[in-house]
Amino acid sequence: MPAIPPAPAITLHDLTLGYERHPAVHHLSLRIEPGSLVAVVGPNGAGKSTLIKALAGAMAPVSGRIEGLQGQHIAWLPQHSELDPGFPIDVRGMVAMGLWRQVGALGRFTAAHWRRCDAALQSVGLSGFERRGLDTLSGGQLQRARFARLILQDAPVLLLDEPFAAVDQRTTADLLALLHGWQQQGRTVIAVLHDIAQVRAHFPLTLLLAREPVAWGPTAEVLTEAHWARAQSLREPFDEQAGICGVPA
Amino acid sequence: MMTDVLLAPFVEFGFMRQALLGCIALALSAAPVGVFLMLRRMSLTGDAMAHAILPGAAIGYLLFGLSLAAMTVGGVIAGLVVAVGSGLVARNTLIREDTSLAAFYLLSLSLGVLIVSVRGNNVDLLHVLFGTVLALDDAALMLLWGITGVTLATLFLIRRPLILECLDPGFLRQVSRLGPVAHYGFLALLVINLVAGFHALGTLMAVGIMVLPAASARFWVRRVGPLVALATGIALCTALAGLLVSYHADWPTSPVIVLGLGVVYLLSMLLAPRGVLRQRQRSGPHLRA
Repeated sequence: MPAIPPAPAITLHDLTLGYERHPAVHHLSLRIEPGSLVAVVGPNGAGKSTLIKALAGAMAPVSGRIEGLQGQHIAWLPQHSELDPGFPIDVRGMVAMGLWRQVGALGRFTAAHWRRCDAALQSVGLSGFERRGLDTLSGGQLQRARFARLILQDAPVLLLDEPFAAVDQRTTADLLALLHGWQQQGRTVIAVLHDIAQVRAHFPLTLLLAREPVAWGPTAEVLTEAHWARAQSLREPFDEQAGICGVPA
Repeated sequence: MMTDVLLAPFVEFGFMRQALLGCIALALSAAPVGVFLMLRRMSLTGDAMAHAILPGAAIGYLLFGLSLAAMTVGGVIAGLVVAVGSGLVARNTLIREDTSLAAFYLLSLSLGVLIVSVRGNNVDLLHVLFGTVLALDDAALMLLWGITGVTLATLFLIRRPLILECLDPGFLRQVSRLGPVAHYGFLALLVINLVAGFHALGTLMAVGIMVLPAASARFWVRRVGPLVALATGIALCTALAGLLVSYHADWPTSPVIVLGLGVVYLLSMLLAPRGVLRQRQRSGPHLRA
């Protein structure tokens, strides 16, 4: 296993992200230390996926900025994958694409590379599926294959958007153990989650978003009744008559 | 007797040898392109692009006569304009790839039809439409083999980003900037192969030797490498058979070849392991685990 570069500190400065000028994440400022294990929670439409997308560099801020991630190697597991499960490839071949940084467009896959692929498949419980076609996998198995590919990306910063959706309990427990292992290696893991019990049990830090940042810090202090009540009061549709933020009406 | 039927035409006639060499070049090149076309769900794009290059070739013909160079350059330019234009619109606006391409190729096609109608008097344009595989000269053969070489080399170089762009474009964007290179590179290959195809088989038939072998192979094998190999084999054998049938029956060559490919497709669809008949037989003994 090659040594991983240290994770950067990530600082958000008054970050606003949005669609057609409506804010989806509004005035968010926080600092994530290297080696943090962070849960992002909140109701539907709270801006969780939007935040992850911006951290991954796939979306430019409307205002404010993200510091510490420029040029960083980031692995991102989006909620909605563009993966075509009908593509004629075996599970191992799909997962092996996680080694892109090592092999690139033209490099050769060595025996060591294939061993890493098989190890990654083993850690998501897909041993024995190496030669199976992608089209034979169930939804949860497909998600686990994506997770195996993410493992092979071997990045210091990992962004996971509902990583355990459709994944069974036994595998979720294994994957959570993997996340803890990553944190101990000094990697930063940021995950969007809906299972609050899971967040309490496994994630030291939590950001509660409801478009506006509701609370950020140690999980026990964030996940309080009062904070949840505030988060739930989010008005889900955008206000079409909203004025310009920062300009008095 | 058998050798008379199979070999004599090529031994006796130079034009048949030329046609054979042309068909081999085309099969080696167009069939792999067709596999990726199918994997990218762009089989109809091939057809649209075949229409898109027609006006370019026609303009080249009208300006310079039946000149290989002029028609090739015209076709490639028209094809690339349509490919890049529709690609840019699809990647940067809310219009999707299919609609964008339809808009551009219809523009190109109508322009071409207008030019051809107004200028009139061009019986030789039938060559463009229906090919001249039995009249390939050395220059055309060189062009075909050149295109085959460029195509195979380029496919080899961009195979991984191209596969990943079909398999999971979002992931490719995450790990590499090669997505657009693979996309436009592949479209360029498509265009030059259609131009190669129209010299041999004609614009309307050229797309057949791309799409049909790939679609047939899909019923037999389930990985990219075998798909490319089998599609190429099907294209080679059918082109050879079609050439012989057209020679002995005195039928036009390109429809015979494309019809032959169509028959292979229908048989594959019916009889192959993943074809409809075998997939139907689902009930019966099953495994323990």
